[in-house]
Amino acid sequence: MTAALETVGLSRRFGALVVANDVRFILEAGARHALIGPNGAGKTTFVNLVTGRLRPSAGRILLNGTDITALSQAQRVHQGLARTFQINTLFRGLSVLENVSLAVAEQAGIGNRMLRKGRANRGVVEGAFALLERLRLADDALVPVHTLPYGKQRLVEIAIALGLNPSVLLLDEPAAGVPSVETRIILDVIEQLPDSIAILIIEHDMDLVFRFARRITVMVQGGILVEGTSAEIAADARVREVYLGERQHG
Amino acid sequence: MRRPAADASPVDRLIASHRLRPIELLPWVIAVAAYFVFPDYLPLGSQVLIMILFALSLDLVLGYGGIVTLGQSAFFGVGAYAAGIYSVHVSGEPLSGLVVAAIAAAVVGVISGLVILRTTGLTLLMLTLAVTSLLEATANHADFLTGGADGLQGMTINPILGRFEFDMFGRTAYVYSLVVLFLGWLLLRRLVHAPFGQSLIGIRENVTRMHAIGTPVRQRLLTAYTISAAVAGVAGGLLAQTTQFVGLTVLGFERSGAVVIMLVLGGAGRLYGAFIGAALYMIAQDQIAEVDPVFWDFWIGLLLVLVVLFARGGVLGLCDKLLLVVRRRR
Repeated sequence: MTAALETVGLSRRFGALVVANDVRFILEAGARHALIGPNGAGKTTFVNLVTGRLRPSAGRILLNGTDITALSQAQRVHQGLARTFQINTLFRGLSVLENVSLAVAEQAGIGNRMLRKGRANRGVVEGAFALLERLRLADDALVPVHTLPYGKQRLVEIAIALGLNPSVLLLDEPAAGVPSVETRIILDVIEQLPDSIAILIIEHDMDLVFRFARRITVMVQGGILVEGTSAEIAADARVREVYLGERQHG
Repeated sequence: MRRPAADASPVDRLIASHRLRPIELLPWVIAVAAYFVFPDYLPLGSQVLIMILFALSLDLVLGYGGIVTLGQSAFFGVGAYAAGIYSVHVSGEPLSGLVVAAIAAAVVGVISGLVILRTTGLTLLMLTLAVTSLLEATANHADFLTGGADGLQGMTINPILGRFEFDMFGRTAYVYSLVVLFLGWLLLRRLVHAPFGQSLIGIRENVTRMHAIGTPVRQRLLTAYTISAAVAGVAGGLLAQTTQFVGLTVLGFERSGAVVIMLVLGGAGRLYGAFIGAALYMIAQDQIAEVDPVFWDFWIGLLLVLVVLFARGGVLGLCDKLLLVVRRRR
């Protein structure tokens, strides 16, 4: 079976600084995979390389078997690759429904349409609203997104990505900065996503990681240290040393 | 124009929010009334209508797309010269003259946009200024075509549709400008409420996220920039035709600056700020200049400082806040 996402020899250097070093990574179809590692390990850089926000110095990226290395960020999205951001990256002045509608419109390919007539436009807003209902955001549909509590904004962050109907979803610290009570809500949402979406989650919250992920990859200094099932990673001595060990000190 | 009930679904309410509201017709009622109430002020009225159209063109890129430009007069000027030169050398027919003005400005828009829109922020601002300066210098130098510093001489404009002659009281010019402005407004209103315009707002609100939801951002901005240039070109063409003269000032930086001030004054990113801002600016300029021609700049400067400090959304933003207060009191 083709992997949902695969990187081969992916590297990125800023001058002498190597932030991604020959990364070989495979995300299986329907995966629930976590990418962990200490701060500065290059996790977000990896996401930026995969989504096309950064250009790699070397290596290739395959999405569902197709080489997307040369594609623009926008083209990759239309191939089924979606992401969320570690720091809320929302359309702050717009309502929740408008935020998600923008994504749905682009996904439907009508984002450049200059007329509002026709069923397609209603379809977009209805599609966006259905998504909000699934994420229990329907009551806040017409509320300006910047007035929402932080935890709900994190949900909108995910809703926008889901509006793109992705086959691969990269979640960059979805629970970052969220109080632990609300982390539960976010985890619920992620856990209920269908298996047709392969999910890679970057997260510092170890409870969340071990609860959600079936496989875990550990990144250190721009390279992959080890990869395995959750149980293997929990038992791995090297991981304890560089990661969990560091956590006890810090 | 039906307002949805408060218990209507959010989907219906969002869709309804894009429908035409009665208050949006108010500017047109005023413009038509002004024709009958102030017959002596029609030449000024035409100038106001033309500047409104120019400010509307800027609103599409600056107010909606968030492109901070100080070079909008480039397109206004190209449109004015194109319409002027067309009437001198090709035909005095006004409507085809406006089409020529729109096309010429759109061509300049698309070419300069290809370069300018690769940049952002201060670099973009400087580039828009540079394009205007380049064009102004070119117009000054090419005096065989443009009349250089003396301005373009010898324009004659035929009656509109072969029937409505331009008269010395500016009646025809006023109605002509009003009709063209109305068509320009129809076009832009349609664009900004369509998915295209919504995506421009998205780009303004968060360009990073627009890339991440699969929007070809630069392409979309280029489309907006070109349409905006064409509309600005029509405004320039209108000025040339109604005054039957084109001077270098149509391309000047001062005009670019003035139109930004008008838009900020009225409120950017909502179409009607262009109407209020341009009318307020032009009428204030006319009135203050009569009393105190030297000091006019001081007063408009003071007004701008007050708006930027205390009323960020311009006059319309202020109206919003007042409405909110009134509704809460009830």
